[in-house]
Amino acid sequence: MSHGTATSRRTYLAVFAALLLLTVVTVLVSYVDLGLWNAVVALLIASVKASLVALFFMHLKSEDRLVWGFALVPIAFLALIIFGTLVDTMLR
Amino acid sequence: MSGTSAEHHDPSVAFESAKLGVWTFLATEVLLFGALFTAYTIFRMKYPELFRAEHAKLDRVLGAVNTVVLITSSLTVVLGVDAIKRGKARLFEACFGATILLAAVFLCVKYVEYGAKFHHGLYPHTNLFFSLYFMMTGLHGVHVLLGMGLLSYVIVLSRRGRLSASYYTPAEMSGLYWHFVDLVWIYLFPLLYLVG
Repeated sequence: MSHGTATSRRTYLAVFAALLLLTVVTVLVSYVDLGLWNAVVALLIASVKASLVALFFMHLKSEDRLVWGFALVPIAFLALIIFGTLVDTMLR
Repeated sequence: MSGTSAEHHDPSVAFESAKLGVWTFLATEVLLFGALFTAYTIFRMKYPELFRAEHAKLDRVLGAVNTVVLITSSLTVVLGVDAIKRGKARLFEACFGATILLAAVFLCVKYVEYGAKFHHGLYPHTNLFFSLYFMMTGLHGVHVLLGMGLLSYVIVLSRRGRLSASYYTPAEMSGLYWHFVDLVWIYLFPLLYLVG
């Protein structure tokens, strides 16, 4: 358990500003035709935003390895499911 | 770990257990939404032209507005948890109240969007893209609705004087859930509105 501090509130506001900025960037980029790269850039920006939310708003940054395991294992499973299904449907 | 009953009553142990419980629940949620994200990936690769043509029918400005609304609602949650950690119950209730209000704004925008789609004859059975669009945003919308109920319950707990600087577990746990709802939308927005 941590205590609320002025530093953590400043961090929250900085993260909030970064999330807003990244939202504007991803919308602006979507108006430019980059072909396949549109999807790559959009997913990259979304992942940076998701990491910011998880690390700072969900306090993953200050969690121990057990919580990190709980957070990352389902993502690894999801990647495995998507990869496995893709291989199955594309090579059928 | 000896697992004595005294350990179960230790507040910090209880807090850690509750946290792992929420993360476990979120793991099942990742896989619930994950099934839909998998379907999206497969069909997007099979029918790229369909997705490109259909995603342009969504209003990306409204989608962006809702993204900002949800990000702001996550900020009010962390500020609320920060407030109760300092024992400021009224400020905490105001922050969580603001989150519920923002969630209502999100659902209203979603209602307007759904209405516009129906008006133009775009339904869940219209094509694969709109099936996925309505299913994914619908399931997410249900989560927003449940979150509003959960956060209201925690506000009631605080009104009854049950939360304090030394016990704020319900605030922190409902906050974790709310951030997850925000996380899902962070991926739904670009996938459905921006790159189709």
